[in-house]
Amino acid sequence: MNILKFFTAGSVDDGKSTLIGRLLYDTDSILADQLEALQSSNRKNDDGTIDLAILTDGLRAEREQGITIDVAYKYFQTEKRKFIIADTPGHIQYTRNMVTGASTANLAIILVDARNGVVEQTIRHSYLVSLLGIKHVVVCINKMDMVDYSESVYTNIIDRYKTLAQQLKLKDVTYIPVSALKGDNIVQRSARMNWYEGESLLHFLEKVDTDNLDQSQLARMPVQWVIRPQTEALHDYRGYAGRVLSGTFKLNDKVTILPSGASSTIEKIEFFEQAPEAAHAGQSVIIHLKDDVDISRGDTIVNASALPQESKLIEADLCWMDARALDTSIMYVIQHNSKTTKCKISEILHKVDINTLEKHQADEFRLNDIGRVIIKTADALAFDLYDDNRANGSAILIDSRTNLTVGALMFRAAVE
Amino acid sequence: MSTYNFDYLDELEAEAIHILREVAGQFEKPALLFSGGKDSITLVRLAEKAFRPGKFPFPLVHIDTGHNFQETIDYRDQMIERIGEKLIVGSVQQSIDEGKVVEQTGKNASRNALQTVTLLDTITKYEFDACIGGARRDEEKARAKERIFSVRDEFGQWDPKRQRPELWNIYNGKIHTGENVRVFPISNWTELDVWNYIRREKIELPSIYFSHQRDCITRNGQLMAASPFLNMDDDDIVINKQVRFRTVGDMSCTAAVESEATLIDDIIAEISASKISERGARMDDKVSEAAMEDRKKGGYF
Ligand SMILES: Nc1nc2c(ncn2[C@@H]2O[C@H](COP(=O)(O)OP(=O)(O)OP(=O)(O)O)[C@@H](O)[C@H]2O)c(=O)[nH]1
Ligand SMILES: [Mg+2]
Repeated sequence: MNILKFFTAGSVDDGKSTLIGRLLYDTDSILADQLEALQSSNRKNDDGTIDLAILTDGLRAEREQGITIDVAYKYFQTEKRKFIIADTPGHIQYTRNMVTGASTANLAIILVDARNGVVEQTIRHSYLVSLLGIKHVVVCINKMDMVDYSESVYTNIIDRYKTLAQQLKLKDVTYIPVSALKGDNIVQRSARMNWYEGESLLHFLEKVDTDNLDQSQLARMPVQWVIRPQTEALHDYRGYAGRVLSGTFKLNDKVTILPSGASSTIEKIEFFEQAPEAAHAGQSVIIHLKDDVDISRGDTIVNASALPQESKLIEADLCWMDARALDTSIMYVIQHNSKTTKCKISEILHKVDINTLEKHQADEFRLNDIGRVIIKTADALAFDLYDDNRANGSAILIDSRTNLTVGALMFRAAVE
Repeated sequence: MSTYNFDYLDELEAEAIHILREVAGQFEKPALLFSGGKDSITLVRLAEKAFRPGKFPFPLVHIDTGHNFQETIDYRDQMIERIGEKLIVGSVQQSIDEGKVVEQTGKNASRNALQTVTLLDTITKYEFDACIGGARRDEEKARAKERIFSVRDEFGQWDPKRQRPELWNIYNGKIHTGENVRVFPISNWTELDVWNYIRREKIELPSIYFSHQRDCITRNGQLMAASPFLNMDDDDIVINKQVRFRTVGDMSCTAAVESEATLIDDIIAEISASKISERGARMDDKVSEAAMEDRKKGGYF
C-alpha cells in the first residue's frame, strides 16, 4: 500500500474544509467520539445538519470566524491506499499556509464555487500549483446543489478553466462536478448528475498514479550528520547519514562530494543492522566511502556521472511570505536541504500579476508577491533545476533578524 | 529504472529519521521527551535507526508525574539499561514540594496539567533548545494544525496564528535565545501506523497495553484504574475488570478499555474495528472543544 498526499485549494468559502469533512465522513473515517463532539458543537449548517468543516478547522479562532487560517493535516485510508490531506486556507492573507500544505503534496484539488466560477483566488492558487510543479490537478466544481446540478453551468466553468490550465501549462487536469455539502460525486457517483460520465472524487484519488519516488539517475544525498562512535571497537568508523533525495546509490558507485569536488566510491550502505546493496530516493541511510575525505553536514554526495549545477548566482522564482517586505540591501540566510549560507537578493527580474498572469517590472516584494529574482549566495550551492528535481531545486529564505521563514525559492537556472 | 519495496511504513520511518537527524544537525542541546507510552517508545526505535552504531546526540527526558503506572517505570529503566543512553527525570512531586505548583483537589484531580510547569523548568534548567516528542496530528484537531518544527517562546507558548511556513522537507530550526523548538517526527503517523510499526519491528511494550485484570472504578462513564492517586469516596465501587490501556499517561487521567487483546495482532484488530478515538480515553481532552489548543498555548506538548 502506498500514500497519496493531496491538498485542497480555492477561494474563501468555496468549500475546501467541507469537502474534506465529507470525504472523511463518507468513508467512515470519523470516530464516534469525534462525531459526538461535532454534533454537540454549536456551529451548524442552516438546515441543522452538522457542519463538516469543523472537523478540520481545529483552532478556536477558525471556528469562531468560520474560516480556515492554517493548514490542518488529516489522515484516512481505504482498502486501496493511504491518504494524507492538507486542508489549506483560501484567504489571500494566509497564502503562505496554503503553500506550506502544497509543497509536500503530489495532487491538488482546486475547488470552484459553481455560482461564482473562476475567481482571482482560483487563478492565484492554480498559478502556485503550476509553480510548485504539483503533478496532478483535480478541479472540483462545488456547490452544484445551488445551481440545480446544471450541466451548462459546469461546462461553462470548465471551459474557462481549460484556458487557464493551458496558460499555466498544467498537464494533468481532471474535472468533477460535486456538492461537498450533500455528498454528490465525492465518494459515490451522484444520481443527480447523470450527464456526468466520469468517476467520483474518491475513486479517482484511489487510482491516480503516485510515483512519489523519483527514479531518475540524479543520485543525491545531502549529509545531515556524521556518525562517529569513537569507541574502541569502532575506532575508525565514519558513516555519512542522510536521506536520499533522488536517484539511486549502489555499492561501488563512483561519487563526487560537493562543494569540495572530491571523488570516492561507495564502500558500504547501512540501514540499522542491515547492509543493503542500494539506497533509493526517499530512504534514510548511512553511506560509507572508500576514501578518507573531509565531509560534514551541508555537503552533498552525488553520482559522479550526473553532477548537479554549482553556482553562487541563481535565478529563482520567489514567493514572499513575510509581512515585512523584501529588503534587497540586507543579507538573508538561505537553507537548501542541510546546507545554510548567507545570501542577498541581488535583482528582482519581474513580478507576476496574479489576475492577468502578466510579468511586470517591480522594485518591491511584499507579502504574497510572486516573481523571479536573482539570488547571490556566499557559498556556492549544488542544486538541480526545480522542474528536473523538486527535492534538490528548492530552498527557503530566513530573515536573521526574526528567524522567520520569509520566502520559498524554486531554482530555475544558474546564472553564468 | 530500479524497483524496490518501499511501502507506507518505510516512507513514514524514513521521514521520521530524516527529522531526527535534522534535530541533531541544527541544535546545540536537544532532548527526547520520553513518556513511557507507545509513541515515545517508537521514537526511541527511530532514534536507534537514525544514529546507531553511534550514541544518541541527546538525552532522554522523562517528566515524572509521580502518578505513573509502575509498569511504565519498570519498562523505562530496563530500556535505558538496554540502550545505554542518558536519562534525565523531571519530577512533578519536586515542583509541588518547592511550591511551584499546587496539587489539584476534588474528584477529578490529576497531575496532568501540573507537568507543564515541570517540563518548562526542566527545559530551562538544562537549556534545551529542542525537545522531540511523540505527538501525532491524527490525535486531536489542534495537533492537526501544528508544524513538525514548532517554535515556542520563552514561556513555552505555542502561537497558532504565527506559525512559520514549513516548506518541502526543509525545517527551519533557527531561534532566539530562550526560545525552543518542539519537534514531532511522527506527526504524519496514525495510531494504527504506530501499532503496525511496533508489530513489524517486534518492539516490546509495557504490559499495561495488553489485556490484564485490574481493579477499576467508573468515572464520567470511563473506567479508571483504582489507585491511591485517584481521589475516591464511598460512591466509588471498585470492580475487577479485564482491561488494557490504549494510551498511557498519568494514572489519574488515563482511562482503561475493556479488552481481551493479549497480542499485538489482537490490538490491531481491535483498533481497526474501534469507533472511539485514542484521545477519547483521555479525560484531559474532554473538558472543552479547545482543551488541547489551550494547553498547548500554555506550554504543554
Ligand atoms: N450549498 C452548499 N454549500 C456548501 C457546499 N460546500 C460548502 N458549502 C458551504 O460553504 C461554506 C464555506 O465552506 P468551508 O468548507 O468552510 O469553505 P472553505 O473553502 O474551507 O473556506 P476557507 O478555508 O476559509 O477558505 C459553509 O457554510 C459550507 O456549509 C456545497 O457543496 N453546497
Ligand atoms: Mg477551510
